[in-house]
Amino acid sequence: MVMELSRPSADGMAEWQGDLDALRGLVSDRAITGETMLLNLGPHHPSTHGVLRLLLELDGEEIVTCLPDVGFLHTGIEKNIEAKQYEKGVTLTDRMDYLAPMSNNAVFCMAVEKLGGIDVPERAQVIRIICLELTRLNSHLVWLGTHALDLGAMSVFLYAFREREVILDMFEMLSGQRMMTSYMRPGGVWRDLPPDFLPALEKFLGYFPQKVDEYELLLTNNPIWRDRTQGIGVVEPEDALAWGLTGPCLRASGINWDIRKAEPYMSYENYEFNVPLGEHGDVYDRYIIRMHEMRESTRILKQAIKRLGAAKGSFRSDNRKFVPPPRAELGRSMEAVIHHFKLWTEGFSLPDEEVYMAIESPRGEIGCYLHGTGGPKPRRVRFKTPSFMHISALGKMSQGHMIADLVAIVGSIDCVLGDSDR
Amino acid sequence: MNIPKALDPASALKSLLGDAVLDVKTFRDETTIVVEPLRIQAVLHTLRDTQGLVYNFLSDISPVDYYPETRYDGQRFGVSYHLYSMLYNRRLRVKVYLFEDDPTVPTVTEVFPGANWLEREAFDMMGITFDGHPDLRRVLMPEDWNGHPHRRDYPLGYETVMFSFNVEDIAKHKPFAKE
Repeated sequence: MVMELSRPSADGMAEWQGDLDALRGLVSDRAITGETMLLNLGPHHPSTHGVLRLLLELDGEEIVTCLPDVGFLHTGIEKNIEAKQYEKGVTLTDRMDYLAPMSNNAVFCMAVEKLGGIDVPERAQVIRIICLELTRLNSHLVWLGTHALDLGAMSVFLYAFREREVILDMFEMLSGQRMMTSYMRPGGVWRDLPPDFLPALEKFLGYFPQKVDEYELLLTNNPIWRDRTQGIGVVEPEDALAWGLTGPCLRASGINWDIRKAEPYMSYENYEFNVPLGEHGDVYDRYIIRMHEMRESTRILKQAIKRLGAAKGSFRSDNRKFVPPPRAELGRSMEAVIHHFKLWTEGFSLPDEEVYMAIESPRGEIGCYLHGTGGPKPRRVRFKTPSFMHISALGKMSQGHMIADLVAIVGSIDCVLGDSDR
Repeated sequence: MNIPKALDPASALKSLLGDAVLDVKTFRDETTIVVEPLRIQAVLHTLRDTQGLVYNFLSDISPVDYYPETRYDGQRFGVSYHLYSMLYNRRLRVKVYLFEDDPTVPTVTEVFPGANWLEREAFDMMGITFDGHPDLRRVLMPEDWNGHPHRRDYPLGYETVMFSFNVEDIAKHKPFAKE
């Protein structure tokens, strides 16, 4: 499809520069005759949350067709991982969904663990759950701030980013990085929790629930917020399933599917939490669900801190065929030196088989399809990402709405373009 | 609620569409059913609508390139359809193998509308054609791109890192955006 940007012509009016014939069949015939207007939204538009481009066909202010166009942030991550040893692929996965790096780390590591049959000790599992839930809070806070900002509520943005800052500081304690954490490794995590991490987390959990109440006070019963979000972008449950929506977008339509509950990984079955469900499937329900999820995440985090004391094992597996030995052993044990050398030169080999691992990221189901070669590098790594599926459904969701409501819908599906384009 | 008893997907499919099922494998508790490519629509339809199966959610379509090797019967490509059953909480992989000279498989967008972009991506990145797809355009790469980047014979490009001592040398060969 040729879709060039429209440039202002000599008389100052925007003129469609692209090949209209290429759009035949994608937009209605009225756009070809000039009866309706074609308009580009993005890729450089603040409310598209990254480099999402939408080609809109407008009848007045009403959206007739919405054609999402992605790929501006395609970085070839899947292709690059194919050329790397399994452990080195972790670093690239952060760069996909840059608001939820830990989820990406986790799904890739868990796919490697599933393919290789690598065990994860109890302590590493609890640490991973702490990371996964913190990343959910992190992502939801950015979503809340930007979504509210799009709809004109500026102060929520400032408050949400204030709390997010604390979470990023905690990520820095763990991994040395605020956003691109690369903290997880096949078989566990990179290193144990630093001593100041747990006090910081406890302090944060002490005041965070009140902060969520504060955000809700600003928005939930706010008449302007309700007017802008209720009844907008309604998705029926059957449609949500058919279009492949997952996560809060699916649950807002009333379908109870949370992978943490349905197929528990990292011992999620030991934690008590609720899965909030919506009724109407509109923008407002998606908002309410994410607010509740933040509260549930706080609950999980509190339980995880309690479990951490009793959790057996180390922060990573003792399986030396996959996990390097501790540095201290290198001076004492010849075997440790051999393992260290083998793992850091050749890497570990995984069987020539395929696995699919899916976890619940803040946005929905993120899946990793991993096909080994029998050698130290994968044959194929593919990430099924929630943003990609959600953007593909955007056209149908926004049909018949006003252009101002499109901004609310784009915000409510919580798309991250790095996640969609990989 | 009265939920019908869950059926074993492989044996149920064999009895309903006998000749479509070519092979059944299990690895790490994941069942893979290899089917005849031309029957994929019927297979997914049956898996979705049969009592006791109800694989009502398409998680992913994952293509894989076995180049320079081939698989199964000399095929180069594999396409895996990852299905999930909300009712019985289980997953299933349906796989087709495609030959190098004609990697074509019928589209499943009629069974699962969400497959639309997944198939577009498989076409874009792996060059697999989905017969009957309503809108088979590239989705991630630019529309005038040559080749399919995720094929194993597509080279992984890189750029030399620029330093002050080699900046001019690199700039000479670098393909800058044209006017």
